[in-house]
Amino acid sequence: MAAFYSLLAVLALIVIPWLGAGMGMGALFGIVLPYIAIIVFMVGFTLRIVNWAKIPVPFCIPTTGGQQKSLPWIKNNPWDNPYDKRGVVMRMLFEVLTFRSLFRNTSVKLQQDGPKVAYSSEKWLWGFALIFHYCFLVILIRHLRFFMAPVPWAVHVTEFFDTIMQIGLPILYQTDALIVIGLLFLLARRVFDGKVRYISLMQDYFPLLLILGIALTGIWMRYAVKVDVIAVKELAMGLVTLHPHLPKEQLDPSVYAHLTLVCALFIYFPFSKLMHMGGVFLSPTRVVPNMSRRAMWVNPWNDPSVKPHSYEAYENDFREKMIEAGLPVEKQA
Amino acid sequence: MAKYPPPEELIKINYTTPVKSWMDTKTAFRPGNFSYPAKPDILKYLGMPNPRVWSPMDEDWKLPPDWKRIVMEKFREKLKKYRSFKIFMDVCVRCGACADKCHFFIGGGDPKNMPVLRAELLRSIYRGEFSAAAKVLGKLAGARKLEEDVIKEWFLYFYQCTECRRCSLFCPYGIDTAEITMMARELLHELGCNINWILEPAANCNRTGNHLGIQPHAYKDMMDFLCDDIEEVTGKRIRPNVNKKGCEILFITPSGDIFADPGIYTFMGYIILFDYLGLDYTWSTYASEGGNFGLFTSDKMMKKLNAKMYAEAKRLGVKWILGGECGHMWRVINQYMLTMNGPADFMETPVSPITGTKFDAAAGTKMLHICEFTADLIKNGKLKLDPSRNDNFVTTFHDSCNTARGMGLLEEPRYILKNVCRQFYEMPENTTREQTFCCGGGAGLNNEEFTETRLRGGLPRGNAVKYVRDRHGVNNLACICAIDRATLPPLCDYWAPGVGVSGVHELVGNALVLDGEKKRTTDLRQNPLPGMEDEEE
Ligand code: SF4
Ligand code: SF4
Repeated sequence: MAAFYSLLAVLALIVIPWLGAGMGMGALFGIVLPYIAIIVFMVGFTLRIVNWAKIPVPFCIPTTGGQQKSLPWIKNNPWDNPYDKRGVVMRMLFEVLTFRSLFRNTSVKLQQDGPKVAYSSEKWLWGFALIFHYCFLVILIRHLRFFMAPVPWAVHVTEFFDTIMQIGLPILYQTDALIVIGLLFLLARRVFDGKVRYISLMQDYFPLLLILGIALTGIWMRYAVKVDVIAVKELAMGLVTLHPHLPKEQLDPSVYAHLTLVCALFIYFPFSKLMHMGGVFLSPTRVVPNMSRRAMWVNPWNDPSVKPHSYEAYENDFREKMIEAGLPVEKQA
Repeated sequence: MAKYPPPEELIKINYTTPVKSWMDTKTAFRPGNFSYPAKPDILKYLGMPNPRVWSPMDEDWKLPPDWKRIVMEKFREKLKKYRSFKIFMDVCVRCGACADKCHFFIGGGDPKNMPVLRAELLRSIYRGEFSAAAKVLGKLAGARKLEEDVIKEWFLYFYQCTECRRCSLFCPYGIDTAEITMMARELLHELGCNINWILEPAANCNRTGNHLGIQPHAYKDMMDFLCDDIEEVTGKRIRPNVNKKGCEILFITPSGDIFADPGIYTFMGYIILFDYLGLDYTWSTYASEGGNFGLFTSDKMMKKLNAKMYAEAKRLGVKWILGGECGHMWRVINQYMLTMNGPADFMETPVSPITGTKFDAAAGTKMLHICEFTADLIKNGKLKLDPSRNDNFVTTFHDSCNTARGMGLLEEPRYILKNVCRQFYEMPENTTREQTFCCGGGAGLNNEEFTETRLRGGLPRGNAVKYVRDRHGVNNLACICAIDRATLPPLCDYWAPGVGVSGVHELVGNALVLDGEKKRTTDLRQNPLPGMEDEEE
């Protein structure tokens, strides 16, 4: 159900601008919506991060994934159990760039005879998640050529490597194919793996389908209808230079569908789980060092009025028995 | 205790998830899957809300009349106080990487024991009550209304989480279901829905200094009694100081080490070691508990119980504190103690009086783990050890969740074990160190009535033990946690019969060669040493 409604929503986001652009609403989908989207994204994203960052981290609670730093002759694992800022930076770099925690993933098999529980390494999710995220990044960088004049050197380099296989005409970007494969895997996992299907909600299917829609419309534009790239760039440059106008050439409606999907993603982003992009940098079990036995970690709302049951009260309660047992007391009975 | 099925039956676990949405699955309480509620007089003693007689099997839970408002208010408050809570409510992508990491799911197959879904039990309310969009979309967006059934569900599943953090290790964002469980339990406390096995020890600890409610004279008695046993084995009389002022070190260990088998042998190991070293140290009856069931109750309770350690150290005028073998005690010391009750600047950074090693790892808390202390002694050649005295044991090591994933104390106990016994084998890779599996009874769930669920949760650990038992003849599971020492024996009896449980320092006590001791013919359990069977009559 959730998957079906998500699909409907994404289809609507394709059909509406497709038809709308034909009915002369190009300015709405090509100019107004992008501005709204970018503003919502920037303001929303910032507010979310600021809101999170304002909430205190009262306790130092890293999940330690390796040997602590203790005695000098015991080898410490500074990346999985960091004891200082540098260690934390390394831990986060590995986490963000290589999805280290997901890399650890195992799956469980239970054999009834025995009985035996076996654990095997499970790297599929890690692999496809990594493919998807990196392709997304590369595609994003490639798109900068629409928004920049002159096109920066780094963007050219990215494009060069992305087309290194020289397949087809226009030459195939490998990331275009890979991102679709990655997305399809993630989607299939949600639909066919019982456990994952059981926990999946509309907000899990929707972004996947939305991004899939973006990728497919993009591919459609580039390889099927071969839209007028100059005109697209004119539109994009108009937007970034704050002189928005529709290009003189008529744009293919798929451009508006693609653009609208992207805008939807931008608008949806700050309100959704996609914020994991920012949240991962603030997750207290990952970004604090394991140091609170070395140095004081301050809790801003620590309540000084919480006191232990005092020794005095304790002794008052048990004084006679303590004296009888020969235990020292502060006050004789 | 509810009767529980034999292993062949328990193992028939169905991992396929139902077609029906989890929101439509009603919570089912049956003997063996929940713990008994806290007794009213204990709630009254602790000043906690809504004391009453009730049972989870009842239809009516006698919640306070405005319970919804109470829950929502506290929910909101926690979101403002803990970034962890807020982030963990917001960023989960439901990738399911954590799903099969929880021992309760592996051993039971109930999908609500998948960590992600456990968290969704709270998250669905968070969405339904705090997010406008999700409110409109309702169930599709995983949102629902706060009903009495939700509270029942929380009670069942948040008291089926041992806060072991295994799920957190595998989550790409470090989402820690243990942290979420803590929040949920605090919410449940506001309605008076809690369990006796946690609050009675907490109440005892507050008044008598330890979980078991042992009064000072009885505590001293028990120590004397165990010293008699040591005399019998070693021929040496040890007279440990109790409540003595002006010593260099205060020693604190879980009270289970003094009152429960097999913890008592670990106790013997500690004091034999300290006597051997001539350590200037004392025990305390006032701070006679290392464990802290406040960790499973609320941040306030944790702080209150923990505060005794520093208060007593100050009163006795010690230089630093040495801590015994315990799991969650060390999580509290490592991650919370200094923050809650520091700074501890009336003490000094621990320095071993024997080796002169300064332990910078404990520079803040001034509290040292006994495994760090002993490992340093062995490394510096300060102990005369005869590992052959442990030849009756073929040992493996169980990492406690708390010392593994809340601290990272992995090598020290292994180093000690390898020096005090000659036969040591590791369990399979994915079940040890940071990936270690829970004993099934952590976070205050090591009670009798919960045994069936504990055995289920113990399947992964039990199975790994069985593996090394069959392959290497392992017959002893060493650990550094008092709760492990209580929960692992029945677990091993069930899943890996023939394997016993010991503390690490029990084996140290066995191996340590004392000056002027009599020829040892038995180990600390008074079982004959290898080749000494005849000398026993
Ligand atoms: S691993 Fe983390 S992000 Fe993935 S489902 Fe579990 S809690 Fe959510
Ligand atoms: S903390 Fe441990 S018991 Fe709780 S959900 Fe995670 S793996 Fe399961």
